[in-house]
Amino acid sequence: MDIPVEHREATTGERGSPTLIEARRISKVYSVGEQTVRALDDVSLTIALGEFVAIMGPSGSGKSTMMNLIGALDVPSTGTMELDRRNIAEMSSDALANLRNRTIGFVFQQFNLLPRTTALRQVMLPLMYAIPKPHDAEERARRCLQQVGLADRMDHYPRQLSGGQQQRVAIARALVNSPKLLLADEPTGALDSKTSEEIMALFCQLNAEGITVVVVTHEHDVAEYAKRRVQFRDGNIVEDLQQPGYLGRAAE
Amino acid sequence: MSIVDSLRIALTALRANMLRSILTTLGIIIGVGSVIVMVAVGSGARSEVDRQIASLGSNMLVVFPGASRVGGRSGGAGSRLPLSERDMQAIREKTTGVVAVSGMLQGSGPVVRGNMNWSTNFVGVHDQYNVVRDWPVINGREFTPNETRTAARVALLGTTVVEKLFGTSEPVGQTIRVKNVPFQVVGVLESKGQNSFGRDQDDVVMLPMSAARGRIVGRSQVINDSVGTIYVKFAPDVSLTEAQEQMESLLRQRRRIKAGSEDDFNVRNLSEFLRARASALTTMGWLLGATSAISLIVGGIGIMNIMLVSVTERTREIGLRMAVGGRRRDILLQFLVEAVALCMLGGVIGVIIGVSAAAVVAMSAQWPILIAPDAILMALAAAALTGIVFGFFPARRAAHLNPIDALRSE
Repeated sequence: MDIPVEHREATTGERGSPTLIEARRISKVYSVGEQTVRALDDVSLTIALGEFVAIMGPSGSGKSTMMNLIGALDVPSTGTMELDRRNIAEMSSDALANLRNRTIGFVFQQFNLLPRTTALRQVMLPLMYAIPKPHDAEERARRCLQQVGLADRMDHYPRQLSGGQQQRVAIARALVNSPKLLLADEPTGALDSKTSEEIMALFCQLNAEGITVVVVTHEHDVAEYAKRRVQFRDGNIVEDLQQPGYLGRAAE
Repeated sequence: MSIVDSLRIALTALRANMLRSILTTLGIIIGVGSVIVMVAVGSGARSEVDRQIASLGSNMLVVFPGASRVGGRSGGAGSRLPLSERDMQAIREKTTGVVAVSGMLQGSGPVVRGNMNWSTNFVGVHDQYNVVRDWPVINGREFTPNETRTAARVALLGTTVVEKLFGTSEPVGQTIRVKNVPFQVVGVLESKGQNSFGRDQDDVVMLPMSAARGRIVGRSQVINDSVGTIYVKFAPDVSLTEAQEQMESLLRQRRRIKAGSEDDFNVRNLSEFLRARASALTTMGWLLGATSAISLIVGGIGIMNIMLVSVTERTREIGLRMAVGGRRRDILLQFLVEAVALCMLGGVIGVIIGVSAAAVVAMSAQWPILIAPDAILMALAAAALTGIVFGFFPARRAAHLNPIDALRSE
């Protein structure tokens, strides 16, 4: 089901592309027992289609909270958070699920693959939840696995795959429903440095093909690949830089 | 997500914990198994009782000599004035709706053919006995009224006696000796199998009443024209209750029993007696039914328990499914389908065990094996319902997990 989109002039990011993510003065407050914790404090952030953004910060800086909001897994306490020009605070739980299904592809630190499920079926998973369910689900899953370089691993189970291969399966799963945003949470946290480089190169390549990439990380090496770097500390953005010398250039 | 996809996921999950899955369904297995046994034993017993009623003879009353009183110092049946040919005659003439009447005297002893010898039961009967008891002759002929009257030396044999004395050779026309008196075999009776007390009804030699009275049962036991027990068959539309009252007042009058004193005879409806036994079996069936209901509830709690464990174990998986677009109803359906699949697994095992147990019971009780397909469907439906009822709470819990917490859980 589709939520009617409020029609207005599209706001644009700094490079003239339409806005994908727009956070306006958002705060997120958790109550832990008697105390309240302000994880995000009056933060505004705009990310345009086609950007490659690294969100950085030490633990407790609010970057994970920001990631949950960008991923439509959570809603802000105050302020407005718009994804693909829809205010997530006004959406039902089903509509949010649908938005995550169509607009966002998630990649996690621990891969989060299902045990006892072949790579092909892992990748088909988001299509199982799509409404309507596409008739060419298997064909699309095969194409995505080819895209991440696992054409010969379609019928392998997670335990038969290396860490890097598992993460590639996860990336194929994130891509299968042609999302606008690839949202990665510490995607290289469980990988060695060489494999990390391969995965980041894959992100750069995907970004070059047009998909918006947001990577949440605390590793500077990883952030080097992004075109833009947003630094969080104590629930605020303390730095928001374009990186002209980003490593991803090589892939373009 | 479609039911088929949910079922595929459920089966994968169940296969991953095969032993646990089967142990969990033990309660369901017992519940479903006992439903099957209950229904099979119940209907088997009922059909057996119907068969016994049919083997007694339909729409029939039996008059026993002696008092009906059970306790006290009442004499045994036949200890007082026996039932006579004239009593029988009166019943035939003065009771409405009588189709056939026959007396029956009983005795036992050896029957000899050549060098073959077999200890059997003798019954002395009138010519209408075969009609009254719905007990046809399958080979040869019945007694004629004249043979009954003249104490003719003729006999009808039950199939057991035929087998013991003649094996496979033709018995009709042959001669047997009963207490040294030769009798000619004129017919073989249809097999009736065991009666309700487990006695072989085919182990019998039937003789004409007058021949039996004088020669077989022994003069000392037989006062004048005693006919032993009187069997009366009524037309199908006759009410046995009314017929019983009519016969009782007729016999009281004939035997000059004063108002207020006890009858010295006893009219019984044996079908009623068998039906009472059938209803006792039905009660046992209900007890078994209660047992299966309790096992299904206990089994359901086991299912709920293991589903809660499963939800906890797979919290991250649930979080992932939510992140890639699974709605709450998708998660709910997935766990509900898993619970139902688990119960159906137990249901199928229960059906197999129940059917085997019912077959064993039926064989040992020599009942027909009656396993109704609708009983199996009912049992499986009960298992599925158990899955839905007890799977709902764990499934709901899974569906209402917070995706962020679920993704972060270890």
